[in-house]
Amino acid sequence: MNTISPTDTLAVQCQDVHKHFGEGDGRVQVLRGVNFEVSQGKLTFLVGPSGCGKTTLISVIAGLLDTSGGDVHLFGNNTEKQAPNERIDFRRRNLGFVFQQYNLLPALTAAENAAVPLLAAGMKRREAVDRARALLVKLGLEQRMNAYPSKLSGGQQQRVALARALVHEPRLIVCDEPTAALDHATGEAVMELLASSAVHPERAVIVVTHDNRVYHFADAIAHMDDGRITHTEQRN
Amino acid sequence: MNFVALRMLTGDRAKYLGLIFAIAFSTFLLQNQTSIFAGILARTGSQIADVTDAEVWVMDPATQYFEETKALKDTDLLRIRGVAGVDYAVRLFKGLPVARTPAGRFSQAVVMGLDDATLIGAPRKMLMGSWERLREPNSIVIDKAGYLLLFPDEPLELERTLEMNDHLVRIVGISDASAPFASFPIMHARYSEAVNFQGRERSQMAFVLVRPQAGITPKEMSQRIEAETGLRARTRDEFRWDCIRYYLKHTGIPVNFGITIAIALIVGLVVSGQTFYLFTVENLKQFGALKAIGVTNWRLMGMILLQALTVGFIGYALGTGMAAAFFEITAHKIATRGIVLLWQNVVGVGVLMFLVVIGASLLSIRRVLVLEPATVFRG
Ligand SMILES: Nc1ncnc2c1ncn2[C@@H]1O[C@H](COP(=O)(O)OP(=O)(O)O)[C@@H](O)[C@H]1O
Ligand SMILES: [Mg+2]
Repeated sequence: MNTISPTDTLAVQCQDVHKHFGEGDGRVQVLRGVNFEVSQGKLTFLVGPSGCGKTTLISVIAGLLDTSGGDVHLFGNNTEKQAPNERIDFRRRNLGFVFQQYNLLPALTAAENAAVPLLAAGMKRREAVDRARALLVKLGLEQRMNAYPSKLSGGQQQRVALARALVHEPRLIVCDEPTAALDHATGEAVMELLASSAVHPERAVIVVTHDNRVYHFADAIAHMDDGRITHTEQRN
Repeated sequence: MNFVALRMLTGDRAKYLGLIFAIAFSTFLLQNQTSIFAGILARTGSQIADVTDAEVWVMDPATQYFEETKALKDTDLLRIRGVAGVDYAVRLFKGLPVARTPAGRFSQAVVMGLDDATLIGAPRKMLMGSWERLREPNSIVIDKAGYLLLFPDEPLELERTLEMNDHLVRIVGISDASAPFASFPIMHARYSEAVNFQGRERSQMAFVLVRPQAGITPKEMSQRIEAETGLRARTRDEFRWDCIRYYLKHTGIPVNFGITIAIALIVGLVVSGQTFYLFTVENLKQFGALKAIGVTNWRLMGMILLQALTVGFIGYALGTGMAAAFFEITAHKIATRGIVLLWQNVVGVGVLMFLVVIGASLLSIRRVLVLEPATVFRG
């Protein structure tokens, strides 16, 4: 169940995915039959108006939420069929996250924050932090590795978050509005770094965004509205 | 992930120190108050414990505790001596005369009148002089605290005189008697002389002290005496506990201490428990991020327990240190001598604080376990 076939080029496959919250009068239908495919080696944007269900969809894809109907396959695995522990394990090894609010641990330095997925996997602290440092150098943060998040600018924090999403070399990275809290120039720089460092032939990257000024980085753009993917445009 | 847990804990300096302070404070208060409580209660029977020559105390059935006694009759002593298995049985007088110094100071004193022939019940811990000198006419042994009460700021010396009911007595020894419940001087004298210190009442044979013959336990002895004489006979330990129970039941001491101990408990439980719980709640977003990243629930539980046990241990150690320092100072002061930090209380409070810490972490753990990792995407 947990194995990943290298011949699969489809990283994510959603078939008729439904999701609602609550029951009765309070019931909110958020996903209304999503069909969505994400290929490896590509930077896929997920765009659409606020409230159309983008965050809910990537939460379902990442296995943080259960669907109410339909199937989600990651690299050929139906994660909802996995046992809870297996599923957490799968997520830890194969997924990386970048959040709009960075969500760094304030008590850890930049390097330690970036090392968290390795630590969670049981790697020794020294080795994990060393690997995180090497990555931070590549992301242009060699001067700030021992700084705490409160001493970093928004763009620097998001680069640390990017390092944290990449450090364990996951197969799928999901980013929810990673540039929304940044000014245009900084957002552009972060997106450029994301495009250049995260994209890899055996990895898929999904970026939820509002920001049409960064669309030019995308390999594919999926448009979402009212709980469905309306159309997908391939670029390049 | 252990260092991550500890960094999260110490990262918020103010809350971390607040937690440690709350735990240390309630640990100190609990150990302090329960030890003083135990020490004061132990004093109610300290004169009983000081008598090591006899294991059984016989008294009138109306006598419930050491301070208030109904006199036995001289015939009672003969009846007790007639009980099979009694090795010896001797009288003990207990009076509360007023002692005056030549300088005009005075204080009520606890006088123990010892059997003239044997001096059974004499103090064994002497600081100066000797209890054998009680055989000299008009002699008494006084305890050090009592001496300092009557002769403040004067060096310990023998041959000073005191006057009790027109009887002039000489101090022939200074003892290290255990502190009594009321801070009166403790004096020992011969029975035949002690009965005259008090005036009015003639004989006051408060107790008969009995040693059983070899092979008979104090418990058996006391049961036989009770069966055959109808008097009340208690082993040394039983009688001490009688006194403690009497004070527990008939005085405000338990209520007074109970209130302080309850406050310390509430401070301990609510403040430290609540602070720790709030600490976790404020860090929920961080725990959510760790959950999303794939840290297992077991790991998260371990992290919270580690955080709780760390503050719990540091706070407890500080509080215990404070309590130890407190008693190190007070145990050497005359008024509070003998009141010490009991290991039972250190252990008991340790168990209690451990339960508080575990309780608080269980509540915290529950919050983290039910946390939806998907919330990390929400602002
Ligand atoms: N846990 C939830 N309970 C109820 N409604 C929710 C929950 N999460 C999201 N929603 C609703 O689902 C809709 C889509 O939310 P979301 O996926 O965050 O949209 P987007 O990311 O595209 O802005 C919104 O109307 C939101 O209020
Ligand atoms: Mg959203």
